[in-house]
Amino acid sequence: MSEVLRAQEIAERALEASTADGCVVLVDESTSANLRWANNTLTTNGVIGERRVTVICTVEGAAGTAAGVSSRSTVDADSIVDLVAAAEAAARDSEPADDAQPLVEGDTDADWDDEPGGTSIRVFADVAPALGEAFARARAEERALYGYAEHDVTTTYLASSTGLRRRHVQPQGKIEITGKSADLSRSTWVGQGTTDFADVDLASLDAQITQRLDWSRRSVPQPAGRYETVLPPTAVADLMIYLYWSAAARDAREGRTVFSRSAGRTRVGDRLSARRLTLSSDPAAEGLECAPFFAARSSSSESSVFDNGLALQRTSWVQDGELAALVQTRHSGRLTALPVTPPIGNLTLSDADADGGLEDLIARTERGLLLNCLWYIREVDPQTLLLTGLTRDGVYLVEGGEVVGAVNNFRFNESPVALLDRITDVGRTERTLPREWSDWFTRASMPAIRVPDFNMSTVSEAS
Amino acid sequence: MPHTIDERFAALPLAELADAALSTATELGAEHADFRLERLRTQDITLRDGRRESLVDGEQTGLAVRVVHDGTWGFAAAVPLTAESARDAARTAVEVAKVSAAVNAERVELADEPVHRDETWVSAYDIDPFDVPDTEKLALLADMSRRLHAGAGVSHVDASVSQVFENKFYADAAGTSTTQQRVRLHPSLTAVSVTSDGRFDSMRTLAPPVGRGWEFLTGTGWDWDVEIAELPELLAAKMVAPSVEAGTYDLIVDPSNLWLTIHESIGHATELDRALGYEANYAGTSFATPDKLGTLKYGSDVMHVTGDRTIEHGLSTVGFDDEGVAGQQWDLIKDGILVGYQLDRRIAKHTGSDRSNGCAYADSPAHVPVQRMANVSLQPALDGPSTEELIGGVDNGIYVIGDKSWSIDMQRYNFQFTGQRFFHIHNGQLAGQLRDVAYQATTTDFWGSMDAVGGPQTWVLGGAFNCGKAQPGQVAPVSHGCPTARFRGVRILNTVAEGAR
Repeated sequence: MSEVLRAQEIAERALEASTADGCVVLVDESTSANLRWANNTLTTNGVIGERRVTVICTVEGAAGTAAGVSSRSTVDADSIVDLVAAAEAAARDSEPADDAQPLVEGDTDADWDDEPGGTSIRVFADVAPALGEAFARARAEERALYGYAEHDVTTTYLASSTGLRRRHVQPQGKIEITGKSADLSRSTWVGQGTTDFADVDLASLDAQITQRLDWSRRSVPQPAGRYETVLPPTAVADLMIYLYWSAAARDAREGRTVFSRSAGRTRVGDRLSARRLTLSSDPAAEGLECAPFFAARSSSSESSVFDNGLALQRTSWVQDGELAALVQTRHSGRLTALPVTPPIGNLTLSDADADGGLEDLIARTERGLLLNCLWYIREVDPQTLLLTGLTRDGVYLVEGGEVVGAVNNFRFNESPVALLDRITDVGRTERTLPREWSDWFTRASMPAIRVPDFNMSTVSEAS
Repeated sequence: MPHTIDERFAALPLAELADAALSTATELGAEHADFRLERLRTQDITLRDGRRESLVDGEQTGLAVRVVHDGTWGFAAAVPLTAESARDAARTAVEVAKVSAAVNAERVELADEPVHRDETWVSAYDIDPFDVPDTEKLALLADMSRRLHAGAGVSHVDASVSQVFENKFYADAAGTSTTQQRVRLHPSLTAVSVTSDGRFDSMRTLAPPVGRGWEFLTGTGWDWDVEIAELPELLAAKMVAPSVEAGTYDLIVDPSNLWLTIHESIGHATELDRALGYEANYAGTSFATPDKLGTLKYGSDVMHVTGDRTIEHGLSTVGFDDEGVAGQQWDLIKDGILVGYQLDRRIAKHTGSDRSNGCAYADSPAHVPVQRMANVSLQPALDGPSTEELIGGVDNGIYVIGDKSWSIDMQRYNFQFTGQRFFHIHNGQLAGQLRDVAYQATTTDFWGSMDAVGGPQTWVLGGAFNCGKAQPGQVAPVSHGCPTARFRGVRILNTVAEGAR
């Protein structure tokens, strides 16, 4: 194995090696550090360096343009040529792609030549000792702490035969803590998304754990049924992310999603909620910044390798309660005669009539449930986007505007689409960590909401 | 003819890099050190209505060093396959252990394992899928798609096949050194029907993911022609089937559905790391805690569940696990009683077992090995009944075929599953399909209601490619074998009624 090449050099050499009609190279360089703990002690940890080089070749023919994709984690000067040849051969062996479009044109980002970003285990230099102190407090006060902290910096270099040279550094991180009483009968969770851990206040997270475990000292079991329910931002995020992932325009046009109309039409323009709710993504959203250009390593309903490098702008998926856009490739945009709105790496829900925060929604609740977070969310019926899942690590009974005790967990069956029209109260939008989906999606801002009739289908004995 | 280790992998400087890493770790004072070098070749193909949507080749290589230093874990992974990179990873792993010592309160010790020196192991397959030309694969999948699409009422067809060729080299400071090779693939076809009034539904093939080669798509181990021919008619009948009346029914559960219920309610629940709380923040814990070992009545007397890493074509089958422990088979549930767990070397030692049963697995060279699922299987009854005989013993029930939606709580009590198709059983006979069915139960109630398991003639090895666990998230392939089985008095939901408001 010869010298390790810089990402930019890999990209240029790959473009040079290509004899295809078009070529796009994506080089992802990432480093990440993690700590994991359980029962007030460390369980695993690590520092991980990864690289992925993806080459997409396009070959034009009489009937259209075909694409081939090949990726490797390690390449040197010799194997770059093999990698490009593999992608090119795959393109030449293929029938024309349905999603074929001219490759995106453009020029060179000012920071193209910069080194990739990085991280190390030292990103936890403040968090690790603070955790150690939290473990000591937890042992003394008969609590058990479990959790995970991760920081990842991925730098993407995108180069094309049409002149694009784009670079994006994506730092992201999260910390999650589960706290349990010593007898394991009471459990709660807090989580926070972060870009650099500078804003992680472990003492504050630990205080929230302690408060919510205190809320659970009084147990008030409740049966299955429909309840007035306050969902905190993390739970709203998990439901809205599933909706977002189910919003491919091409699938909708084919009649196979909740956003389909008959005869090849979509529900864009339909009113989904009487409230002035807006669900949007924006690469420049403050605190949720993500890549301002589209990058795809394979084609699917929601993405096309031909669209690599497309500039991304703020997109409202739902605007003032109306379905405003679906997730598009240039190909599906043409099929549906709708604007080209590719997927973007963050999601925000806001309500023009938002009032106060989670604590205000609790104060405005006469009798209802307050959830802590949701888990194991799976699709039951795609026609209505009915989802099932569990409440996890805390369901609380609210009476007269105050938390008065903890309720058992439930399995729910609900559709996030149907839910939008049943919301009766919305708080301010704030940064939140989606509990269920944070392996794939950490950048979300959501409000707390209240619905009058959340379907708690059965009781779960889990605590 | 049995395959040998791929030449390109065998030619890598495996022993040299291992020596560089292990000697560095030992010099820096690590009391345990292990080294892995892996290469994962993957190819994912998807077709949409018979036309290629995506074909992506991937290859991930890398090395990883794990140490126990002063009683604390340290782990580091790197991409370059050089001696310097291996030494760097060893140094980083020791540094990670030192930084982490502040949060470690439990001294890490590992259960002993005999030294396995210079062992090689290759899984059972005939045709390496990476030797088959892409054009041939695409032509086969396109032909299957077109045949399915030609069926009456089929509006769309999705086809996909994921293929993996996995090489792992493992060495530790105690002297074990193993080189392994595994091949697996997961083909799937789905027919979608969209009606003129805007309703839609789908039906997927029941073929499981398998530890086999490309031969699985051309007639070995599965009859695709029969399944593709039957699917349109079955889907058409589903589209016009009556909606189920919610209530309590006896169930006959086909292996194509039951494997997933086993996976969720037994496989995960008998992972000892979960029972000890290691997954409390993520995948969850287990109701089947160690204090109940030997006494917990998990299910009825006919329930015999084993864990293994040895069955031929199993997705979790290995020669040695990612801690150098040889593959084994053991009982998890016998006569309905919880009698065993899935272990790795740390939790084996921690809970007083002499030896790990070999369930450590890392899904890539970039990840640390954790306790992952063995092939967890329900054993059939010797001379047991056929599926038809089981159905014959039901007056008013439902025959459940194929997995679809699944969800279970974090202690593995409450679950809800749907399926690909459901047949009403009336007086011991199938009486047409039903729509909108989900079954919901608590684990021990459900397995307690199992009054009969089918014979070996009903047994099928099912499984999953992408079981999720651990943080950072790792996926694992795992198989589950089971016979058809009968359950009495299970709660059935109508999913349309659940969503209605």
